[in-house]
Amino acid sequence: MKLIDHAKVLKQMKSRKASNIFFKLLFMAATTFGLLVLGILLYRVITQGIGYLDFQFLQNLPSRKPEQAGVKTALIGTIWLMGVVAPVTLLLGVGTAIYLEEYARKNRFTRFIQVNISNLAGVPSIVFGLLGLTVFVRALALGTSILAAGFTMSLLVLPIIIVASQEAIKAVPKELREASFGMGATKWQTILNVVLPAAIPGILTGGILALSRAIGETAPLVVLGLPLFLAFLPKSVFDMFTVLPMQIYNWTGRPQEEFQGVAAAGIIVLLTMLIIMNSIAVYIRNKFQKRY
Amino acid sequence: MNATIVKPTIEAVMNHNNSKQSAKAIVYKTSGLNLWYGENHALKEINLDIHENEVTAIIGPSGCGKSTYIKTLNRMIELVPSVKTSGTIEYRGRNIFNKSYSVEELRTRVGMVFQKPNPFPKSIYENVTYGPKIHGIKDKRILDQIVEESLKGAAIWDEVKDRLNENAFGLSGGQQQRLCIARCLAVEPDVILMDEPTSALDPISTLKVEELVQELKKDFSIIIVTHNMQQAARISDKTAFFLNGEVIEFTNTDKIFSTPLDKRTEDYITGRFG
Repeated sequence: MKLIDHAKVLKQMKSRKASNIFFKLLFMAATTFGLLVLGILLYRVITQGIGYLDFQFLQNLPSRKPEQAGVKTALIGTIWLMGVVAPVTLLLGVGTAIYLEEYARKNRFTRFIQVNISNLAGVPSIVFGLLGLTVFVRALALGTSILAAGFTMSLLVLPIIIVASQEAIKAVPKELREASFGMGATKWQTILNVVLPAAIPGILTGGILALSRAIGETAPLVVLGLPLFLAFLPKSVFDMFTVLPMQIYNWTGRPQEEFQGVAAAGIIVLLTMLIIMNSIAVYIRNKFQKRY
Repeated sequence: MNATIVKPTIEAVMNHNNSKQSAKAIVYKTSGLNLWYGENHALKEINLDIHENEVTAIIGPSGCGKSTYIKTLNRMIELVPSVKTSGTIEYRGRNIFNKSYSVEELRTRVGMVFQKPNPFPKSIYENVTYGPKIHGIKDKRILDQIVEESLKGAAIWDEVKDRLNENAFGLSGGQQQRLCIARCLAVEPDVILMDEPTSALDPISTLKVEELVQELKKDFSIIIVTHNMQQAARISDKTAFFLNGEVIEFTNTDKIFSTPLDKRTEDYITGRFG
């Protein structure tokens, strides 16, 4: 049997190796490009904003004068918003994921819901803004409050956390469930003691992603009518408020050159908040992984 | 002095009577059991009686329904959607398919050991206390006692007593499987179902589990599915041969391996197919 011409194989070897190297370099270039752009962006923001960033900046209310402008109302507003979004999304998101994975029968209806949840993740955020405006601000008469914005944001990020939690729950080995059921555990005991502990790292990752998206979203809040300039702090979830991205958006629109620096400082605050949030979640995740 | 002489005599008489009547109680009585996976008729008219304190082995080629049958005994099969059954399985006189029979109650009495060792990603201690805890036992002293006795019962106590708080994943495959047996013993079951418990283990670990089964049958009724005919011959009292969802032959193990009545049984145990 001589079906393979080895001389020909040898001749082609060179071009095969060349394309091997070419694709390696191509993918490396793609990664480098992304990192490079990110690096330049960070460098620009930090060099521009660092001069305006001090303790006063965190303490001051917004002002028409760039040197007095502070981020306090927006920072506090963002924290309030997270205070609403985090519990609402975790409760609804993880609850939905558990129901769909553990309880719901797999039929055409649940598949339809599944497809829709995945599609919702791709709906432009401004659409959620319109929904929030109609339902929460107008129909439920919550006004431009933290609660209305919180609910709107929760809807926006729910698909992310649902899908991530579902994946995490699905990844829990069937054998562990069987072991638990085999000893006479109820479904809820199995979910609580076996499924959730094993799924928590994945659920938290989804939670971080969801909250990170919520913290940076601006478009739906613009639709809800959040003020760009607010000189007082909210006292309850029913109060008017503003958030960091809105404040940054406001500053970048100012004609004075100095406000560009102030905006950069605001971005640094926003990024720092994101990093802190992520670190907390990573810490919790590692703690759970160590135990299990 | 007298007492020591008399006592064994009485016991001997009683044992003699027992064996004479062969009055080992029936634990599981399967009558006319059929099972379908969707359209696939996986178990056909199964009739089997399983007795107390015996090891019943279920042998047969892949896909013959032996795993399906053992999973039906604790209704684990219901985790598979689209399963339908007809007929009855009586456990200690009660039909387990009865609506009023809670599956949790059944599984508390009927423990299961799986093909692949499946310890929880928790400490050895927590693995053993999982069952008692879900049944509401919180007293630390009782739990400690359960852990020690279960691990001793599964012949793994000496190997793990100094590292009860270490993760169970640090154990070898054979140790993990014995831990799973200990975990099963911790809820004090009446019957232990074993679904090819040694198929993922090396020969030495297999031997340990086999010895353990011999120990355990003093206190439990054991039903074991095995691919390994030598294993069935070594450890079981009775053997059922399954083929294409039917019980071809069910009798004493020594009988089935020495003088099988059915041609198909003979072909299988002599290795002509399967």
